[in-house]
Amino acid sequence: MKRAFTIFSLVTAILLVYGLYQALVAAPTERTMGDVQRIFYYHVPSAWTAFCLFFTNLIASIVYLATKKIKADALAVASAEVGVVFCTIVLVTGPIWARPVWGIWWTWDVRLTTTLVLWLIYVAYLVLRRFSDTAQTPILAAVLSIFGALDVPLVYFSIWFFRTQHPQPVMGKGGSLDPRMLHAFLINLLAFTCFGIMVCWARYRLEMLHREVEEAHAMESLGTSSSNEASLPLSRSSR
Amino acid sequence: MTESRNSLWSLAVATLVKDIRLEWRSKDALNAMLFFSLLVVVIFSFSFDPNAEESRQIAGGLIWVAFLFSSIVALNQTWARELRNQVLDAYRVSPAPANSLFLAKAIGNFLFVLILEAVMTPLFIVFYNLRALGPAWQLIPVGILGTWALVVNGTFFAALSLRTRSREIMLPLLLFPISIPAIQGMVEATRIILSADGSARFWIVLLLTYDVVFTTACLGLFGTILQAE
Amino acid sequence: MNALKFLFAAYIATWVIHAFYLGTIVHRFKKLHQQLKDLGKK
Repeated sequence: MKRAFTIFSLVTAILLVYGLYQALVAAPTERTMGDVQRIFYYHVPSAWTAFCLFFTNLIASIVYLATKKIKADALAVASAEVGVVFCTIVLVTGPIWARPVWGIWWTWDVRLTTTLVLWLIYVAYLVLRRFSDTAQTPILAAVLSIFGALDVPLVYFSIWFFRTQHPQPVMGKGGSLDPRMLHAFLINLLAFTCFGIMVCWARYRLEMLHREVEEAHAMESLGTSSSNEASLPLSRSSR
Repeated sequence: MTESRNSLWSLAVATLVKDIRLEWRSKDALNAMLFFSLLVVVIFSFSFDPNAEESRQIAGGLIWVAFLFSSIVALNQTWARELRNQVLDAYRVSPAPANSLFLAKAIGNFLFVLILEAVMTPLFIVFYNLRALGPAWQLIPVGILGTWALVVNGTFFAALSLRTRSREIMLPLLLFPISIPAIQGMVEATRIILSADGSARFWIVLLLTYDVVFTTACLGLFGTILQAE
Repeated sequence: MNALKFLFAAYIATWVIHAFYLGTIVHRFKKLHQQLKDLGKK
């Protein structure tokens, strides 16, 4: 497992470096927006990765509610946290891109607002996990994840309608994509997806290790308090 | 089948009546929240003091934000009595359907927040010289659907937050992001009705959809989190 | 050019955030490994 992770990380790193080269050097400069448009090669793949991670969290949460498997919960935690990181980058690079191009830092358009609401929901998810330290926290968090998933289509739909009533500048990619731009975009899309998987994998392993240590601590305190009794069998079946 | 449905509702109503009777006996909390709502209206009126035309545009937003903050105060004490007396443990082991407890609490909160709104609305009308230019009767479904949207999720998240640290801040932290489409619906519908700027029908349908989706979700998942507490 | 400032700000911000987060993961790994070692010794 560890070797697979190392190889995957290496491949991801190579993809990211190649993606950076593509984005900054190989891709042609956009006609209307200029070089600032290159932020697009980082902004959109990050958004895609964040949404994939949040979707993973939803699936993991449902699986956990159905099966109570610890691995599902660990994956839920990992994908939520890494998803928030990528989502933060989307919300940071978006305004940085918008300001020089469209003159405004922010607009309440469909994509940006939905991304912001997703970020808020998942930060609340992480706060809930941190502030709730019972054995039942995973169940509560999984329920919150489902509520969030139900909410997102409603958010999207309501803002979409609002925008049709109150049109505002659309912060889009603009125009059609030159094939070299498409190539740079796809490379970065692949690179960031792999990067997202890699970080989530690392975070997942961290979470499993954390639970292992907790269990070892618990076993140790049980052992020292009842050192004269027969040792309890370490149950690894739940892994 | 009908018997179980009857018991769900009869238990919910019985719990609700008990709650109302208990609240009525100790009117302190009630009076304090009423006064808090009054203060919210006054402070908003100081902070946002435009002339009549502009006020119709932002009144929708102001009123619902004021309702939102007042209802948080009410929602935070939803389960306080149950926690104090280990009622939740009793519910967990009893054969009573968990949903009857949830319905009782949600409807109780709903009635209570309606009272708060009934107090705050005339004050808003007075301070802002409000007059509905559009069909004023539509404000009733907006008020009912909007209030239920806040209360149903608020009651649920109050239960979710019971065993967390900083329980009081956890509730709005969870409730506000999830409520965003509902709040947009309430605010836009109110603004449209007050300034006769088109039809509020879409927003009313959105509020109805929101209410149906989340009432189902709350009823479906309340048993899960009650067992988890 | 002024606009290039924004381009580099965006790319640098991206990698600073990622580096920071990866740093916290590595730090937590080290801490847990240390705890595991301490437990093993006892």
